[in-house]
Amino acid sequence: MSDLRKVNIDGKEIEVPADYTLMQACEETGAEIPRFCYHERLSVAGNCRMCLVEWVGAPKPQASCALQVKDLRPNRDGTPANIRTNSEKVKKAREGVMEFLLINHPLDCPICDQGGECDLQDQAMAYGRDTSRFEENKRAVDDKFMGPLVNTIMTRCIQCTRCVRFVTEVAGVEEIGLAARGEDAEITTYLEQSLTSELSGNVIDLCPVGALTSKPYAFNARPWELDSTESVDVMDAVGSNIRVDSRTGRVLRILPVINEDVNEEWISDKTRFVWDGLGRQRLDRPYIRENGKLRPAGWDEALALAAEKLKGEPEEIAAIAGDLCDAESMKALKDLMGSLGVQNLDCRQDGAIIGGGARSEYLFNTGIAGIEEADAILIVGSNPRLEAPLVNTRIRKTWLNSNLKIGVIGEAADLTYDYDHIGTSAADIEKLTTSTTGFAKKLKSAKRPMMIIGAGALGRAGGAQILRACGELAAKFEMVSADWNGFNVLHTAAARVAGLDMGFLPGEGGKSTVEIAQAAKQGAIKTVYLLGADETGADYGDAFVIYQGSHGDNGAHRADLILPGAAYTEKDGLYTNTEGRVQPGSRAVAPKGEAKEDWAIIRALSGHLDRVLPYDSLFALREKLIADYPVFGALGTKPDTSPDFDVKTVGQAGKVPTDDLTSPITDFYLTNPIARASNVMAECSELIPEQTLTEAAE
Amino acid sequence: MVQLLQDKDRIFQNLYGLRDHGLEGARQRGAWHGTAAMIEQGRDWIIERTKASGLRGRGGAGFPTGLKWSFMPKEVGARPHYLVVNADESEPGSCKDRDILRNDPHLLIEGCLIASFAMQAHACYIYLRGEYIQERNRLQAAIDEAYAAGLIGKNASGTGWDFDVYMHHGAGAYICGEETALLESLEGKKGQPRLKPPFPAGAGLYGCPTTVNNVESIAVVPTILRRGVDWWTQFGRDNNKGTKVFSISGHVNKPCNIEEALSIPMKTLLEEYAGGVRGGWDNLKCVIPGGSSVPLLPKEICDTVLMDFDALREHQSGLGTAAVIVMDKSTDVVAAIARLSYFYKHESCGQCTPCREGTGWMWRVMERMVRGEAETSEIDMLLDVTKQVEGHTICALGDAAAWPIQGLIRHFRHEIEDRIDNYRAGKPIFVPMVAAE
Repeated sequence: MSDLRKVNIDGKEIEVPADYTLMQACEETGAEIPRFCYHERLSVAGNCRMCLVEWVGAPKPQASCALQVKDLRPNRDGTPANIRTNSEKVKKAREGVMEFLLINHPLDCPICDQGGECDLQDQAMAYGRDTSRFEENKRAVDDKFMGPLVNTIMTRCIQCTRCVRFVTEVAGVEEIGLAARGEDAEITTYLEQSLTSELSGNVIDLCPVGALTSKPYAFNARPWELDSTESVDVMDAVGSNIRVDSRTGRVLRILPVINEDVNEEWISDKTRFVWDGLGRQRLDRPYIRENGKLRPAGWDEALALAAEKLKGEPEEIAAIAGDLCDAESMKALKDLMGSLGVQNLDCRQDGAIIGGGARSEYLFNTGIAGIEEADAILIVGSNPRLEAPLVNTRIRKTWLNSNLKIGVIGEAADLTYDYDHIGTSAADIEKLTTSTTGFAKKLKSAKRPMMIIGAGALGRAGGAQILRACGELAAKFEMVSADWNGFNVLHTAAARVAGLDMGFLPGEGGKSTVEIAQAAKQGAIKTVYLLGADETGADYGDAFVIYQGSHGDNGAHRADLILPGAAYTEKDGLYTNTEGRVQPGSRAVAPKGEAKEDWAIIRALSGHLDRVLPYDSLFALREKLIADYPVFGALGTKPDTSPDFDVKTVGQAGKVPTDDLTSPITDFYLTNPIARASNVMAECSELIPEQTLTEAAE
Repeated sequence: MVQLLQDKDRIFQNLYGLRDHGLEGARQRGAWHGTAAMIEQGRDWIIERTKASGLRGRGGAGFPTGLKWSFMPKEVGARPHYLVVNADESEPGSCKDRDILRNDPHLLIEGCLIASFAMQAHACYIYLRGEYIQERNRLQAAIDEAYAAGLIGKNASGTGWDFDVYMHHGAGAYICGEETALLESLEGKKGQPRLKPPFPAGAGLYGCPTTVNNVESIAVVPTILRRGVDWWTQFGRDNNKGTKVFSISGHVNKPCNIEEALSIPMKTLLEEYAGGVRGGWDNLKCVIPGGSSVPLLPKEICDTVLMDFDALREHQSGLGTAAVIVMDKSTDVVAAIARLSYFYKHESCGQCTPCREGTGWMWRVMERMVRGEAETSEIDMLLDVTKQVEGHTICALGDAAAWPIQGLIRHFRHEIEDRIDNYRAGKPIFVPMVAAE
């Protein structure tokens, strides 16, 4: 940044870094530059020509998005180059480009979903002519099929190629291109196939016109009718920042909110399109199972029954928290179970044995943005493309822009970047530790090496031993030092880190998820409380199962008593992402029917048990949470992850299993109850190519 | 009386292919003579001589060749340097490079060696137009001969300089003659022009410093160095020195390629070499003096104009590739220019807005004007649209599409107006679709 250049913009002389584009420099002075093709996070195309500015003395107007300040020559007398953004020449150039963009753009704004948030519409208002001089027939372009998510009306396309650059550069699948030449140039998917990216929905946001719009949202609402609520996504443990748009109590769409440290400007397709699942398969009132059938019940009756079942011996009671829970409801349940003396608690429904020790042992310590600093990454038992698409995007971005070396132990999946495939089983971790050639050499020479341990390594039998092996490897290659903690655990559940942080774990002599399932089957546990836990895959024998959650999914199918809770868009709550970053989710709409916010259900239940929890409001609960676990007080920031642990002692010693590590996610679109209720996700799931599905049987 | 160029002063002695195009024949005509000695003079000498000769690029823009070479980094850094020869001769009317390629290929190869040495490039790529099949065979044969004779390859011509020539055959797109689109195409991508800066001398082929030169620009260099700058600068006016191959086509009695000194009067050129305009000089209507993309000139200007960069520019036209397209009075000039508009509409790459949308618009309006099916006010609108395209695009194709129409309106506005009047009066003029042929 030391190289500063002076430039005179509209008579104002400013000093900006030499590598600034003219557009950036102009914006520094407050001058507004219209643009269509330019996007901060994509390569510069310079093809829309809307951003032309005048460089006094140059024969032609210049594309300000592409020309850098350092490319400007000073004037003959040595004064800084003069740039004009408001001269007659510039106005004429913009008007001309605007006219060209509009001559073949249909006048179908009244039926266009982009209406009201359309760059072309806005800029035509600001920079266009009031009438058209174009007497010829307009061009019509065949619509392309881009899958169940992206609707195309290609006649509206202005060939800015943002979508092409996005899928090529960010998503890493070269499936959209600009085919043909001249006025026949079309954006196409080449083969009329659905995009195979988990990020395809972002092209909808990128499209400056209504050529690419959301298929599920089509003709649903106008942007000015929507209430927007900023919140946090729970589809994975990334904690993408989102904006939930709703109207009359229904969520109608979900859009990304910029957070440079987490999701930048993107969200995954699951995050974006899961909203139709929020209106299906909902538990909208309590149910009690009688004679094998669920019957509707009132809250008093349901809570009384739950209280009765929880009054037994504490050893015979267990509670499991699911993947989508907010921190407050887990805290309330933990407090309630604590007051009953129950030790059988677990928030790790995949059966992973992790947590309980230092916080660094289970966090993504470098942070997601920290990936950009790494120069070597070892991925163990994870498919980040499916488990956390935005982490994968970050890896790809770093790989594209630097000399990043990547190695994978586990499945050899298409991760959109090149990597050394070291092996498929956990035994290869030890082999790599003792190796000095191949990828070990690259790790050894790396200055900032990091490791990503995924749920495929942890959420399985022997996971704790694999974790130890990973720790030893991290120590061997000096991944953890005073100023760099490259030991990363990539969780898949949005609730996991919060659960671990508050110790929603087996207490003294308590049982873990797997042990609870076994004990229930043997009759040793008589009551199981599932707080949104749908993925345990256990049937709990004859135990009485209380399911509190939002959707009629696995948990509710097994349940003897259903307490209807709120989905993540219907409650305020804290979520801690895989980095340990605590972020507040917000209530956009009310829970369905008689359903209640989850913490309130537990609070009410505590009254029926005569163990009244000491908080009457979410605020009070949150205060208690922060008082007990101060980490929840640091909202929005990545925690300090200077190593407070000995990386060699993570996990448990023991024999490392030798079978293959596989990602727990076989179907990206169907990983949680909300997604499984969504028709859109089901459609996407059907389009997954066959070869990935064959692995699902394992 | 204007002094015509004498045969002894022609660089391309085998322009018509009457003699041996192989290495032996080329050597007899002087090619590869003293190449090593010229290279031993050093790269600064070569660049300085080329600059002193005032050689201006023969590909259309007329940028001084020596100056262009001097933009290359002085030292070779981490990235190798490349010379790329633009043999994608696609400008309608232009056919000079093909005769060089098939009849005097060794002059080009020798020029490649000298230019590459001057710019410290070990590799040279010749990007050949897709339709040039015979030229490709002849050029490849010449390259093979040169390798076999040790003129290029390792220790080229005994100079100690390793030098390889690769010929690449394009797929036949006009836009690939634009230097950066050519580089894209050469890299295996879709031929779309790049944004400049960075200029190829900074980041060209594969991101490495690259100079792109026209075939003729490179092929004349060895002879200039051999015969001396003084010999070269005796031809043409100041700032327009040297000889040039003119391609004369259209309504002349003997269409031909002819190497002449720059600044020769157009009338002399046409009458001495092309057998005169069909039906005599007075039958001349207009001339496009430099390939399809430059504005046409009406007879009044053609009577006296000199054929060089500056004289033609004074008349708001250009020398371009010196492809002289002659149209006599039988020509429907509106239809001729409409046909050119169709060409540019067809060849626009579609990348940037003004060209993509503007070329189609201009062509459609031109088609209506051919029939007279337009408003008189649309002439000014059309002119305004050409101005909206010109200078607002990434590459010069937008300009090239705009200029012919601007030339037409500048000099033959009355013809368009007559046509519109006739159409309104119910007496439309029947015009065949393709008139320029």
